[in-house]
Amino acid sequence: MPENTVLSFEEKVAMKLTKLFASFGYKKFKMSKFEEYDLYIENKSFLKSENIIAFNDPTGKLLALKPDVTLSIAKNTADNETEPRKLFYSENVYRVSGNMHEFKEINQIGLELIGNIDNYSLCEVLNIAKLSLKEISDSYVLDISHMGLLIGLLESTGLPYDAREEISAYIGTKNSHEIRRVCSENGVDSSICEKLTTLASLYGSIDKILPEAEKLIVNETTENAVKELKNVCSTLKASGNADNINIDFSVVSDISYYNGITFRGFIENVPGSILSGGRYDNLLTKLGKSSGAVGFAVYMDLLSFLNKDSDRFDTDVLLVYGKDVSAQEVFAKVNELQSSGNRVFASCVECKNIKYKTKVVLGEDMA
Amino acid sequence: MKKFINIALPKGRLGEKVYNLLEKIGYGCPAILENSRKLVFEDEKNGVRYFWVKPSDVAIYVETGVADVGVVGKDILLEQNPDVYELLDLGFGKCRMAVAGKKGEILPLDKTIKVATKFPGIAKKYFSSKSREIDIIKLNGSIELAPILGMSDVIVDIVETGSTLRENDLEVFEEIVNISARFIANKTSFRFKTEEIELMKSTLEKELL
Repeated sequence: MPENTVLSFEEKVAMKLTKLFASFGYKKFKMSKFEEYDLYIENKSFLKSENIIAFNDPTGKLLALKPDVTLSIAKNTADNETEPRKLFYSENVYRVSGNMHEFKEINQIGLELIGNIDNYSLCEVLNIAKLSLKEISDSYVLDISHMGLLIGLLESTGLPYDAREEISAYIGTKNSHEIRRVCSENGVDSSICEKLTTLASLYGSIDKILPEAEKLIVNETTENAVKELKNVCSTLKASGNADNINIDFSVVSDISYYNGITFRGFIENVPGSILSGGRYDNLLTKLGKSSGAVGFAVYMDLLSFLNKDSDRFDTDVLLVYGKDVSAQEVFAKVNELQSSGNRVFASCVECKNIKYKTKVVLGEDMA
Repeated sequence: MKKFINIALPKGRLGEKVYNLLEKIGYGCPAILENSRKLVFEDEKNGVRYFWVKPSDVAIYVETGVADVGVVGKDILLEQNPDVYELLDLGFGKCRMAVAGKKGEILPLDKTIKVATKFPGIAKKYFSSKSREIDIIKLNGSIELAPILGMSDVIVDIVETGSTLRENDLEVFEEIVNISARFIANKTSFRFKTEEIELMKSTLEKELL
């Protein structure tokens, strides 16, 4: 029986991504449904949401239904490993989402590379992210950013933590006018302010944006960021993998966890980013580990916006049989239809709630 | 090929003003001026499609991507916190979000403050930043009545000229934030209609200078 008629779009994508990840040597990581609640409390800002389903296990220990996978993988990776760990996962996470503020079970597929992260490793993960988007749709964009530019520029403002947080939130919404307001209220140097608004609004291809990014260098942090971004971009370009990749510095993630390249993937007609990832060495440092890490996740629930399953049939053949037909005869007919690759739904009454391609009637004495 | 831009506009005065502005800079859609009950208007030549929606729904239309861009008051953005780009402050539809109460009184310090408002999110955030505990009374209109009738201690509401407050013997205690109309865009549309949206933004910006 052909797979493409039986599987839903989401299942098909899941299968393709799994194959893709495996082809780069990534190994599946199966984890427990529950995690110790403390892990999430200690790393609350990594999750961006404080809503976690918690409960007691039989011994009284407080557990939580995973709201996130990366934390569990990072926690379970032994430290000081000289060899890189390449893992992928397909797990359900439990998060509050949507306007109704209700918990939802969301299928997340992603991968993590933990170890010594060099230029190739970064490019490999970016390339897999790009190929993942391509498996979903041909109308896709992968936007790359480097947190170092934002971190460096914020350092040079000398602002307190609160104001920095405020500015990075405005960078995330490309909100130049509010950045100007915060800067002028806090007496930030106007050239730095201009650079921050440029950071928020720059968007476009690698060739268009990289020269502009060079103009934003103000200190060592920003200089290293641009250098790393350039390295990654030129490697991707040289290997012919730079199509559909843009640079967008409004792709910001929490600066206490993400420190280098961050990226988001978008598919036309899917609101919001369907893929999100980046370099998160800082998280590992917080967990007391010395290795680097980079990874991403694909939010499978968003695939429903593509409406790919609306024309799916429940079955290929609806077989309606009369009272004058014996069960044996029905069996024979079902087997015959199945052997030519059809899905068969046999019923003694006409079915209105089944979507079928063709109808076969067996016998005459209908109910 | 130029792509169609879907624009969500708030029904009412603000929306009409925004439409006139967009028409002036080349995004006209003559059908919109015919007095009809239609909610969707399209102009093939200028590549635009307009929707008239309830002001508080504009951000939702843009967030879900049904509309690529829209114009909405900052009050709605602060209240709903939608995942969209806020590209431009249009500088009109100006007013303030403020805490107001009966003239001559002050914000009670020794008890939980009862706050009547249409904007529970903004009120909660503001008072929690001041470490004050509040009880929210969510109303949908005529907020000014609440303190007059003793239902609440204060209100959190939009103040334009302040005349409604004065007529009801109320006054502003504290200002929370300045409000004006903002030009917003869907995050995915911005990536697939980059040229069109950036052009619209820069033309608007020039026109408003």
